[in-house]
Amino acid sequence: MPLRDLTRRELIQRLGAAGLVLGSAGAVARARWDHGAGAGPAAIDRAITRDFRLSSAPGDLPELVVAKNDTDPAALVRKAVEALGGMKRFISNQDIVVVKPNIGWDRTPIHAANTNPRVVAEVVRLCYDAGAKHVVVTDASCNEPNRCFQRSGIWKAAYDMGAEVILPATHRFRTMRLKGEVLDEWLVYTPLVNADKVINVPIAKHHNLAKYTAAMKNWYGSLGGRRNRLHQNIDVSIADLAQFIQPTLTIVDATRVLMRNGPQGGNVADAKDMHTVIATTDQVAADAYGCQLIGRTADEIPYLKMGHERGIGTMHWQTLRFKEV
Amino acid sequence: MASTTPDPTIASPRAPKAPPKTSQKPGLLARLFRAKARSGSGLPARKMIQVLVWARRLIQGGTFALFSWLLFHTAFRGSFASADTRVRLPLPVEGFLLADPFVAAMTLLSTHTVYRGLLWSVGLLALTLVVGRVFCGWICPFGTLHHLFGWIFPSRYGKGNKRVESNKTYARQRVKYYLLYFFLAAAVTGSAIGGIFDPICIAVRAIGLAVIPAAQYVATAINALVGLTGVRSLQVASDSGQDFLAGTVWQEKQFYFHQTWLVGSLFIAILFMNRFIPRFWCRVLCPLGAFLGLFARFALFGMEKDHSKCTDCNLCLVHCQGADSPQGGVKWRQDECHMCMNCENACPEDVIKFRFLPNRKSAITTPDTGRRTAIATAAAGAALLPVTRVADVIDANYDHRVIRPPGSVPEKEFLERCIRCAECMKVCPNNALHPAFFESGIEGMWTPILIPRIGYCEHSCVLCGQVCPTGAIQKITEEQKLGVGQKAISIGTAFYDLGRCLPWSMATPCIVCEEFCPTSPKAIWVEEADVPRRLPMASADGGDPKMETVHVQRPHVDPSLCIGCGACEKVCPVQDKPAVYVTSVGESRSKTNVILLENTDYNKS
Ligand code: SF4
Ligand code: SF4
Ligand code: SF4
Repeated sequence: MPLRDLTRRELIQRLGAAGLVLGSAGAVARARWDHGAGAGPAAIDRAITRDFRLSSAPGDLPELVVAKNDTDPAALVRKAVEALGGMKRFISNQDIVVVKPNIGWDRTPIHAANTNPRVVAEVVRLCYDAGAKHVVVTDASCNEPNRCFQRSGIWKAAYDMGAEVILPATHRFRTMRLKGEVLDEWLVYTPLVNADKVINVPIAKHHNLAKYTAAMKNWYGSLGGRRNRLHQNIDVSIADLAQFIQPTLTIVDATRVLMRNGPQGGNVADAKDMHTVIATTDQVAADAYGCQLIGRTADEIPYLKMGHERGIGTMHWQTLRFKEV
Repeated sequence: MASTTPDPTIASPRAPKAPPKTSQKPGLLARLFRAKARSGSGLPARKMIQVLVWARRLIQGGTFALFSWLLFHTAFRGSFASADTRVRLPLPVEGFLLADPFVAAMTLLSTHTVYRGLLWSVGLLALTLVVGRVFCGWICPFGTLHHLFGWIFPSRYGKGNKRVESNKTYARQRVKYYLLYFFLAAAVTGSAIGGIFDPICIAVRAIGLAVIPAAQYVATAINALVGLTGVRSLQVASDSGQDFLAGTVWQEKQFYFHQTWLVGSLFIAILFMNRFIPRFWCRVLCPLGAFLGLFARFALFGMEKDHSKCTDCNLCLVHCQGADSPQGGVKWRQDECHMCMNCENACPEDVIKFRFLPNRKSAITTPDTGRRTAIATAAAGAALLPVTRVADVIDANYDHRVIRPPGSVPEKEFLERCIRCAECMKVCPNNALHPAFFESGIEGMWTPILIPRIGYCEHSCVLCGQVCPTGAIQKITEEQKLGVGQKAISIGTAFYDLGRCLPWSMATPCIVCEEFCPTSPKAIWVEEADVPRRLPMASADGGDPKMETVHVQRPHVDPSLCIGCGACEKVCPVQDKPAVYVTSVGESRSKTNVILLENTDYNKS
């Protein structure tokens, strides 16, 4: 058959081009074919925990210290840390330290919903004095972060001490596998876990659902996503989180304590001056002791029992070497 | 071609009336070299004009940068201010709107007042009375965008002779005057809907609500991709890049805006029009340009022409911005001219001269609009309000989703004032305010509504009122909003959907809503209850599932304390359709949209 005015060359070119397109389409389809049988990509089955605790605990030093009776929050922090063996015990030279206060709410210090800025500043100062290379202060707030960081007074106080204050930004959250009982995969706020040492500086307060919260609950601030769902099993999720992050040191601010309407408060009359700071390496004991400040006992608070049973710490703080200063 | 011509790719027609040859492309060097020579008599433009043209370009760049900078700062970024310092923006971010006389005129007609900073618009009017529509050619950020796109963007139909043709004066340019009359008449009857067409409003709305969030979205996606590479140094660099942008251009979290696809696509479409008709927007549609055009007739500065010297080279038309007939043989259209001065700068003869108190022998100073059409469009504008009002939305069937920001004036006054500039939506730190689509009818299109599921109203924040240029949202204080020694401002009321609420119907503890309720005492209170729960598996003997008792706290709203901030709705874990939601009823600005009898007693504080 005559090929009309089509040359052989052009014929081959055209057939070749069509063949090439078909071939590549087929190759792509084959390579990316989901034949509907396989499961999704295999999950990484390794639980991630962040344990920043010291390995040694000298027998002559107390394990739980309560500093009292000083109206200067900074002095209370100093006394408490001193009694625990000084900040040098916890911070090594050139450490990158993350300090995690509670900066959850758009409230001013007098409302006692966020950690007292002077407590935070003093912790930062002690870290630098102990040789830390870099101190980061951050939290993933509940209310609008700029407002919380500014109005809590923590932004300025920490910055003045030379800390880097990081605001929670969307890109700072990465999905991690916590493998807890209720917390499996969750968005984790990365600046909190990328550190050599982590110091938890919560504030002690009433919580309408969990009754009392401070140290262990403070790790809610390490999560992103819709963490509001955690309330359905608040005790287990608190225990899960405390298992996920074990801080080097816990310093509970109880200089002024929210007695009612926690965790947000808002009424000055809801808070009461207590001039107390608790310092310990055991976050369960910190809360077991602390809950007494608002008239609770450890066995009334389920997450303490869970933390105890999981071996995160002890809810019987009386069994620890205790010192009051 | 003029030595200062910004675009060397536009061929200069040399012979009189001869179309330039775009097909034959000399090399870049040759073109640059040729640019030095001027056609015709080759008289260089006056030094003064060359300086003015460059000054104009600098000012255009500067004001656009200033506009963007103010827009980027239309956001609350925390500072080291003490805990008790009032949170306010340090900059007058709404400045461009305050200087906008179209906005001032509309709201003057609708409210019979000039609200606060809008007095600045008199300054711009004064400038126009001296030098004509200098605002359009030198200052307007939206105009500058069109100038830029008209320069880099022409299609092959937009070059050379085609460009000369497209830069001639056309009847379509009257449309903007008709639009102006339409909107001013609508304002007289009580609607500031003309803000939809105000260029500054468009720039804030489109860039603030569509361009910036979209750019952030892309940047975040890129950052996530970089995260996947696993290369530590790249990740760190990308993260700090993100931090920088979050601290300067956008904010820490991604913002979303209700139905802004329309805002965004209209913006792209109108920019795209520059491909066919340079500065289509400014010439044909802009009511602010028309407003200034009405006053340009009084300008003391203007153009004189010496027709006899014109060789019809049309170089002036190649670069004309306003399509205002700068060439010889026709009369200059003062009301259309953007005062960019490209024409005198390009003219190789001695035809065009800008000067103070020019003779007006070859100038037309007033818009060339037909009186009947003008009256007809104004009548249409006046008819707008009744037509939209008898559509049900405002009077008869007020939509529960129309939750206005705190400090808003009553709805009808609100529509008299709101120019839909989107300043409030841009500044809202919680992404709570959104441009309404049809929630408040066509008349309320792009006015702010609060969508609590996306963001709630932060308790101590009063920023939207601070930036609102027209007083649609009043500048309230924290004391007024929180109700220190007075009744707190409420924007709506929360309601429980008991069938969806976990403690109410699923025997599951929750009360996140109560935790976030910011009032003191809390408007949400809880009732302690022991409720039965059926275990989700058959009992050991294969019989019916066993029951257990669970202790829950069931939330209730106290409508007299609820301020409608929407924090509860935002945080409710029932993901798709929250178990607690806010509607506009009970808002303090309204005397009719109320629930409780006690709130209708205005003698009680
Ligand atoms: S709606 Fe509320 S949070 Fe948003 S700017 Fe206005 S006052 Fe602030
Ligand atoms: S209410 Fe918002 S959109 Fe309307 S004029 Fe005021 S700031 Fe602009
Ligand atoms: S947050 Fe939602 S589900 Fe939880 S108690 Fe409140 S309304 Fe019910």
